[in-house]
Amino acid sequence: MPINLYIFVALALFCIGVIGVLTRRNAIIIFMCIELMLNAVNLLLVAFSKMHLAEMGSAAPALANNGTDAQLFVFFIMVVAAAEVTVGLAIIVMMYRNTHSVDVNFLNRLKN
Amino acid sequence: MNAIILSAILGVILMFSGIFVTSKTAIRNIATAGMALLLLVNIAEQGGFHLFNVNTHNMLVFSKFGLLFNSIAFSATLLFFLVSAKDITNVGINAAEYFALIFFISCGIAIVSSFNSLLLLFLGIEIISIPLYILTGSDKRNLKSNEASLKYFLMGSFSTGIMLLGIALVYGAKASFSMEQMHSSINAGRNAWFYAGLLLVLISMLFKVSAAPFHFWTPDVYDGAPTVFTSFMATIVKAGVFIALVRLFDMSFVGSGYDWQLIIAIVTAATLFIGNITAIFQQSVKRMLAYSSIAQAGFMLFGVFSQNDFSREGIILYTLGYSLATIGIFAVLIKMKDYTFEGFNGLARTEPVLAATTTIFLLSLAGIPLTIGFFAKYFMLASAVKSGSHLWLVIFAILCAAISVYYYFRVIQSMYFKTGLAETEPVTPVFRWLLAGMAAAVIILGIFPNLVLQYLYF
Repeated sequence: MPINLYIFVALALFCIGVIGVLTRRNAIIIFMCIELMLNAVNLLLVAFSKMHLAEMGSAAPALANNGTDAQLFVFFIMVVAAAEVTVGLAIIVMMYRNTHSVDVNFLNRLKN
Repeated sequence: MNAIILSAILGVILMFSGIFVTSKTAIRNIATAGMALLLLVNIAEQGGFHLFNVNTHNMLVFSKFGLLFNSIAFSATLLFFLVSAKDITNVGINAAEYFALIFFISCGIAIVSSFNSLLLLFLGIEIISIPLYILTGSDKRNLKSNEASLKYFLMGSFSTGIMLLGIALVYGAKASFSMEQMHSSINAGRNAWFYAGLLLVLISMLFKVSAAPFHFWTPDVYDGAPTVFTSFMATIVKAGVFIALVRLFDMSFVGSGYDWQLIIAIVTAATLFIGNITAIFQQSVKRMLAYSSIAQAGFMLFGVFSQNDFSREGIILYTLGYSLATIGIFAVLIKMKDYTFEGFNGLARTEPVLAATTTIFLLSLAGIPLTIGFFAKYFMLASAVKSGSHLWLVIFAILCAAISVYYYFRVIQSMYFKTGLAETEPVTPVFRWLLAGMAAAVIILGIFPNLVLQYLYF
């Protein structure tokens, strides 16, 4: 399968995430869209990793492990995303306890 | 390496001391001693003494510049602990955890001052950000604190997503995360990906340092967070992200044959303009300081803009001067009962030491000669003149510095020339001595800036 398709899918997922963050008003859905963005990047990294492996593995065997560092990066993104989920859900729960709502339109008291 | 490992260990120690130690004074003492130890160990590494020998496979590179920056960030944190540790323990019941989070942030700062791989840049920025989301919301019953924390969290993780897309595109072009590969001619046909990726990383970093088109979260978050943590966020953390930005630029954009200086010049001008103009209209000193931190970020962007020896010296001095002054002002602000300008009326009569030291800190922020703020601004502007392009930016920056005098002097005016009874919490003599010491440091370093800068060269 050509690599372009993977790149297009990943970028499309990323854009869906960005649009979701910008248009939705529910904090949890915004949060889901951010996770979607991170996972789109994971897909993109894995696709690039395979691409570099295919391009360079045959040309220079010494660089045959070239693609693997992106796959390692994906694990780091997963770990960081998990840490963000822990903190983020805790913040949303704390917000909900005080306002009984997760609507981000409530976030305007600081403006004045 | 010393600082990275030790700060993580100290963070864990403090988390455990939250379980086993019940006295808040003991926790404060452990934290302050730990930060002093961290500073000592980092100074030892500057002298070539390594506690840990870890093979990082060239993912971390420890330069003199990075280590000196670490020392300055840690000494600023130590001062912050000495001046406001009592206020940190008063924010909520989890006193030890706040200190633990600050140690983790120090670990992140030590990573971003020495990264040599985009992976470590990403990890360092996240290690700085995630504890900050918690610290912002640490005043759990306060609705403003909740809001600030949720806002900061949503926007911060959104910008993380953008940074990751940028890193992925750079990887797609260069087949490596190492900063040394950034200039390799490998895959020259994919330069469009490379530049798009670098721009996305740049946008997310500008977001983290609250530069102009991406500054909108700053006043709300700084205003809503508990004042002690605002002090920490606005000084040490911001400088830490700036070091990451300078290093990133040094190793990727410079020499890429791309007109990045124009982008930075526009961002700098917008940051200076918006920060200074909006700060004039604020009624609350805390919010004024939030906007002033945007304006100061505009000056620090000169360090990214010019990338020469002057700008490296400038950013070290700026970090030191800005942190000293802002930590001092915030320490006084925490003691005030009323955060508006009127709340400062007549402070000179009720608390003369506090008023005098605040005046010195404000003069330093405004960049009046004989204070360290003057030399910091001087080095920044001189570096831009030396780099030789976009001279209009220097003139614009000087005009903006003149505007900033207005809102800084408004505080001095209400302290000295307006009648009123400024109400403060009771302050201890030790606190007054510490403030006086910091003010003395601001003036001494303002006369002899080489006391710090010499460490850059030997």
